[in-house]
Amino acid sequence: MITPMLSEAWMAMWANRLRTILTMLGMVIGVGAVILMLAVGQGAQQQVQASIASMGSNLFIILSGSTTSGGRRMGGGATPTLTVADAQSLEELPSLVNVAPSSPGTAQLVYGPNNWSTQIIGTTPSYLQVRDWKLSSGSTFTDSDIRSSTRVALLGQTVVQNLFGDENPVGKTMRIMNSPYVVLGVLESKGQSLDGRDQDDTVLVPVSTAQSKLFGTQFAGTVRYIMAQASSAEAMPAAEKAITELLRKRHRIRNGGEDDFSVRNLTAMANTAAETAQVMSLMLGAIASISLLVGGIGIMNIMLVSVTERTREIGIRMAIGARGKDILMQFLLEAIIISVIGCLIGVLLGVGGALLVSKITGMSVVITVSSIIMAFAVAAAVGIFFGWYPARKASMLRPIDALRFQ
Amino acid sequence: MSDAVIRIEHLFKEYVTDAGTVPVLRDVSVTVLPGEFVAIMGPSGSGKSTFMNILGCLDVASKGNYYLNGRDVNSLDRDELALLRNHVIGFVFQGFNLLPRANLEDNVALPLIYRGVARAERLTHANEMLHKVGLGKYNRSRPNQISGGQQQRVAIARALVNQPKLLLADEPTGNLDTKTSKEIMALFSELNKREGITIVLITHEPDIAAYASRLVRLADGQVVYDGPIDHASIEHLESTS
Repeated sequence: MITPMLSEAWMAMWANRLRTILTMLGMVIGVGAVILMLAVGQGAQQQVQASIASMGSNLFIILSGSTTSGGRRMGGGATPTLTVADAQSLEELPSLVNVAPSSPGTAQLVYGPNNWSTQIIGTTPSYLQVRDWKLSSGSTFTDSDIRSSTRVALLGQTVVQNLFGDENPVGKTMRIMNSPYVVLGVLESKGQSLDGRDQDDTVLVPVSTAQSKLFGTQFAGTVRYIMAQASSAEAMPAAEKAITELLRKRHRIRNGGEDDFSVRNLTAMANTAAETAQVMSLMLGAIASISLLVGGIGIMNIMLVSVTERTREIGIRMAIGARGKDILMQFLLEAIIISVIGCLIGVLLGVGGALLVSKITGMSVVITVSSIIMAFAVAAAVGIFFGWYPARKASMLRPIDALRFQ
Repeated sequence: MSDAVIRIEHLFKEYVTDAGTVPVLRDVSVTVLPGEFVAIMGPSGSGKSTFMNILGCLDVASKGNYYLNGRDVNSLDRDELALLRNHVIGFVFQGFNLLPRANLEDNVALPLIYRGVARAERLTHANEMLHKVGLGKYNRSRPNQISGGQQQRVAIARALVNQPKLLLADEPTGNLDTKTSKEIMALFSELNKREGITIVLITHEPDIAAYASRLVRLADGQVVYDGPIDHASIEHLESTS
């Protein structure tokens, strides 16, 4: 019964080619927009997630905080209150697995004819664990390098490119602020951070070297911040409390006194960013769905016109023996064919558009099979839903009224 | 009397309009036996078209009984009526009512779709019927490419494709010239005589009615004459219409 109805529906659509194509266009744009928006949204989401993963997991950053001197409150980080010793005692906390004191600064690097200004972080080997950062070649510095403040360095990919070009930097000696440093290893690429900074434009040196030979410190052994990694996401609230208690005790802050440091939960911030990306992705999808809905209403509109226009034909068909359900099926099939073909073209355009967007803007796009299947299912459902009413209206006509219709 | 093709007993039909109830058929009783060729005549507004629509199960009576081929039409639902129209009745309309987009063989094959006949078989039957009405070679033409008389032949082929017991024709020659009308009526006569198909046709032209064997005349929704067509009844018609 379906096959002849299909050809009947096809015939009607062919007879009104332009109208059929225009109706289809609504569907094409709707589905195309949904596919494109989902691809862009999921791409953005994936980018954020990759950035989060590159940052490291279950992270705290402990910053030296504000102090009050003579009634004047100094801003956060104004006074270096954290020390390498603080970091060492934090390592004793059971809820923390890795602790890395960090002393950043900027300096000029020279190798042969090339020079490059970059961020230099004085830290400990734990930094690599905390940031989940691996070496692509060479080896890291060790605790003994820290004890003896040796002049060694690990280079990020951007630094390698700008300073060494194609040359293998491991074992070479470069100069930082006119002192020779041996390159021990090269870090893997991490790409952009959440706020868009190039994470590979970094050099790591032992924290003691940075303090005593590169930047110096106001007070011996102080660091700008300490990064700490909790053993698990569940341990984070307890770890935060333990860090605060320990540091207050070490800094001899009385009860009721203000902390001279601040503990920030980076993972919470990252989760917020991930949620934002997800909400954005959902919103894009929702906006695109509206055009799909409009496309569906377009189908309904045209089908209603079609039913009215072909009332007489419906009458003829009924007079020669078409049942209500035959008429219903004919018009419903027409709506479904329009929406499914429109959907097919829409999927092609959406995928093509997404690839084009990624090519032109360099944005990452993710086209998932599930989003295509979903768009397809929704389009078919829209066709059935919006085709149902006109088809039903046609099938409910009384034969005599339909035949008399002019 | 169960072998009657049409048995109508005390049929009433009224339309409810804003101005009130308008009676169209008032106590009509007619029985048509297999193989009869009945012409229904009457002035405009006599209710003959309404009567025809009820006969064809396109409309339902307000009151009274209608047995078509032994089945009580009043007790059937929409789908069963559609089935009855498809299996028992063939329709020929004044305005031909062909589907303009479809070619002739598809037009003729249309009733078979609703019977669930496969396409190849549908087209075989359709072409047989087109040959029968003398249009075999036009099977791929479209209705607007042939003359009115030919279109009516196609409509007759379509009405015959389901091998109906009853052919209902509502002023089949109303849109045709005299010569073509005669050809169409000759076709009806042949179908009636050769194949024994029962025919009921509406006309207001006495010389068209003359092809029938029996005349039912309606006036103001009532049967005023029901009997054989002979010289006298034709003359009576000509003097009154």
